[in-house]
Amino acid sequence: MGVLALLILFPLIIALIMLAIKSDKIRTPIVVGAAIVIGALSIFFAVTNLGSEMKVMWLSAGAAEIVGNAMIVIEAALALLIVYQGLKYKKYLACILALVQTPLLIWFELTKGHDIKTETFLYSDNFSIIMIVIIGVIGSAICVYATGYMKDFTKHHPDAGDRRPFFYFLMFLFLSAMFGIVISNNLVWMYFFWEITTLCSFFLIGYSKGLKEAINNSFRALIMNLLGGLFFVVGIVVLGYFAETVELSSLLTMATEGKATGQMMPFIPVVVGCLAFAGLTKAAQMPFSSWLLGAMVAPTPTSALLHSSTMVKAGVFLIVKLSPALGVNTMFDIGPGFMVILVGGVTFLFASMAALSQSNAKRVLAYSTVANLGLIVACAGVGTAPAVWAAILLIIFHAVTKSLLFLCVGTAEHNIRSRDIEDMDGLFGRMPRLAAFMIVGISGMFLAPFGMLISKWAALQAVADSNDAWLVLFIVFGSSVTLFYWMKWLGKMVAVVANRENIQQNVHNAEWSITGGLTGLVIAFTITFPFFSHTTIVPYLTGAFKGISEANAEALRTDNLIIMIVMVVLVLCLILLLYGRTNKRVVPLYMSGVNKGDDLTYEGAMQKDVPIALRNWYLADMFPEKLMNKIGNIVTCVVLTLTLTYLLGIVLYMLDYLKSMGGVL
Amino acid sequence: MINFFGTEISFMQILTGVLYLVFAPVIGCLIAGIDRKITARMQGRFGPPILQPYYDMRKLFAKEAITVRGSQELFVVCCLIFMIITGLFFFAGGNLLMVIFTLTMASVFLIVAGFSSNSPFSQIGAERELLLMMTYEPMVLLMAVGLYLVNGSFDVSEIVMSDPISIIYLAGMFIGYMYVLTMKFRKSPFDLSMSHHAHQELVKGLTTEFSGGTMAVLEIVHWYENVLLLGFVFLFFSNGTVLMVAIGVVACLAMYFLEIIIDNGYARMKWQFAFKSGWIMTIIFGGVNLIVLYYLKLFGLIGA
Repeated sequence: MGVLALLILFPLIIALIMLAIKSDKIRTPIVVGAAIVIGALSIFFAVTNLGSEMKVMWLSAGAAEIVGNAMIVIEAALALLIVYQGLKYKKYLACILALVQTPLLIWFELTKGHDIKTETFLYSDNFSIIMIVIIGVIGSAICVYATGYMKDFTKHHPDAGDRRPFFYFLMFLFLSAMFGIVISNNLVWMYFFWEITTLCSFFLIGYSKGLKEAINNSFRALIMNLLGGLFFVVGIVVLGYFAETVELSSLLTMATEGKATGQMMPFIPVVVGCLAFAGLTKAAQMPFSSWLLGAMVAPTPTSALLHSSTMVKAGVFLIVKLSPALGVNTMFDIGPGFMVILVGGVTFLFASMAALSQSNAKRVLAYSTVANLGLIVACAGVGTAPAVWAAILLIIFHAVTKSLLFLCVGTAEHNIRSRDIEDMDGLFGRMPRLAAFMIVGISGMFLAPFGMLISKWAALQAVADSNDAWLVLFIVFGSSVTLFYWMKWLGKMVAVVANRENIQQNVHNAEWSITGGLTGLVIAFTITFPFFSHTTIVPYLTGAFKGISEANAEALRTDNLIIMIVMVVLVLCLILLLYGRTNKRVVPLYMSGVNKGDDLTYEGAMQKDVPIALRNWYLADMFPEKLMNKIGNIVTCVVLTLTLTYLLGIVLYMLDYLKSMGGVL
Repeated sequence: MINFFGTEISFMQILTGVLYLVFAPVIGCLIAGIDRKITARMQGRFGPPILQPYYDMRKLFAKEAITVRGSQELFVVCCLIFMIITGLFFFAGGNLLMVIFTLTMASVFLIVAGFSSNSPFSQIGAERELLLMMTYEPMVLLMAVGLYLVNGSFDVSEIVMSDPISIIYLAGMFIGYMYVLTMKFRKSPFDLSMSHHAHQELVKGLTTEFSGGTMAVLEIVHWYENVLLLGFVFLFFSNGTVLMVAIGVVACLAMYFLEIIIDNGYARMKWQFAFKSGWIMTIIFGGVNLIVLYYLKLFGLIGA
């Protein structure tokens, strides 16, 4: 269990070292070394600790007390930091949110919280191990990529200033906090790490201090996540007052027992709802999705980190963790399960539709992240083991594939000086290797037999089996739209445009090794995932969902998975063996005029040379981005209001009840 | 019986799969021939011999082998391979969702082949094909979920043999599927991406840059595909009894005849209409039917 503490402390130490190093020559080897150590540690921890049982890390009462006090001090300092930043940039809402939640938590900690005995502070089960590996491997890979990328970034953006020491400090601190979130059983501790990720993302998004847009977007992210944090604190306080505990595991036990016996303690939906709300903000679900889209102003490694392995994954982690307590029981149940399912489903559908009209590659990726997180959230909300199986697979596949795509777009941007998909015309001629990586990434996002499609299939199956069959409508329309926007991008990638100069030799080696490695990982995981499912996900599900047999935990049968894998191998073999081989005579294109021979110009009327230009189809009239966001935001706002009002009603009822009993409140 | 990773596959299933492999192109070719004959008669022409599609294919294979891009042929061959695999899964009684996803895969290869040439006409065709995919995909997936809710399994072998006559519960889905089937058959008014009616096509749509053997392979793909699509229609009727199997086959033929009439009765519509009407039909007929099924399931009237 020392490894567990090391996972949090080692990145923290590296982060502090990073602050002190100014020279790239010294920094790069340290970053690479640290990344390797973190990756190795996480894998070592995974291999040695896999098992169906939840493993507990014991802390002596004294040590826990010291750590707890230190956290309170740091939290107070962070709140002051937020207030300072808020005053400096005149963003008073951030100040208010910080000034409400931190004192509330500290007050709780010093009064009621002080008497609550916590049995388990830290733990690990198979799900947190999966998360640890994602963070440890993909998160640190992105740090390595950054060593190459940030050189160019600093060169291209002199106005941003060279704040690289601070940048790397934040990256490693982020990893440390993420490890903390996924292994904390004590919710107060989890909240501590939660707030640190909020602040890290705030500073990372605002990296380019000179840009007004960067400052505004960073504050939007901060405010939305602080709002989530506020609900997190309220959840902790309610749980502490009514159940005399702040442990996640006790909450889940009470909730699943309540569900099984039909006698749910009334405060449990309130706590679950508050925590799920916090999860929704962090997972950038509508109406909070705008912070993640705004996060694009940051350097690419930041986006890759926020989208794939950290931040948003913390949000879905918490919601998936809460899944056994979610689900919709009756037709008129507007509790947390209802909220999570609908917000996830609506977000999946409308974020996909908003992605349709985007030509900026990073925006497409951002909307696709929001949409996929929506699907994960909706699956978690269904609250059955097969649905959670689909959700966890989605988390894994999405982390690998999305980090690959972000890093590829980042590299393309630095070399073709544009992140517009239209400018990636003929990328296959100019940067063949990068285009090949991107093709694998894009296929991985939507195409059978690759990973994400399998998860979508599983989601469809799981939802059809659940009591929420209407959710199918969101999935079928959402996934059709997904097909459209990925496919037209893929079309751009495979199009072979004549006479393009190869410019890929300028790419840094760090970038090649990471994008290449991730491409390999996408394919490798697609081929081997049934094995991981049997050894990690299924044992977690049989533990988390009482009474689920191993056979019923997976949404898809093994035979179908095997067939899919055979198909992956078939596609890869066909393309690797036969691509570009033909013994046919190659002839020029038909152009409704005489082709001038380069396939890009033809001789039009009056002997004039007419160049051709091909543009993608964005259906902006059919799916205007603003309107899609508006509809999604309104619907989700209504759902959230409905549920929160319902939960508030429960709280008021309970307070009234306590008063009539002569309670302490 | 063969045990394939925990699932029993009977010899009957393997047999039907092999039969599909061998006879689907024959049946598809005949259907195409009859289609052309009936169409000709509707237009007051005598029409070609029934075997004309076969003669066309033979002639295409005999043409000089030319191409605009080295990669194009590979994508079309992949399309054929995945179309055959799709049909095999279906006729061997595999999982319906897997069938649909593999079918999507085949269509994706076709679109990729269109894009890869970087020809203006081909690309417009490819993007229109993509739009049609987005239009019909929700309905096809909903149909699968509907069949699942009624029959309790996604496996085609179970759906065909299980007791309920699905169309009774899935009348709405059937209408919705009929509507999008016009797109899948590439018939007017929704033959946006590639058409048999030269007068309403942009050069030759998606297939502008396909020639000779590649074009012939594409024809074979369509033969396989059409038989598979009619197979979906059959699922709505069969419950394993001889009577319903016969009715199912008749329904398939009637459906195709209806498509021929529609094809000849309409000119190509704009893509906006194709897309909007496709989704509206899906929501009205598919969505409402799904909600009805949800309540039937809630009250224990369907499903295990």
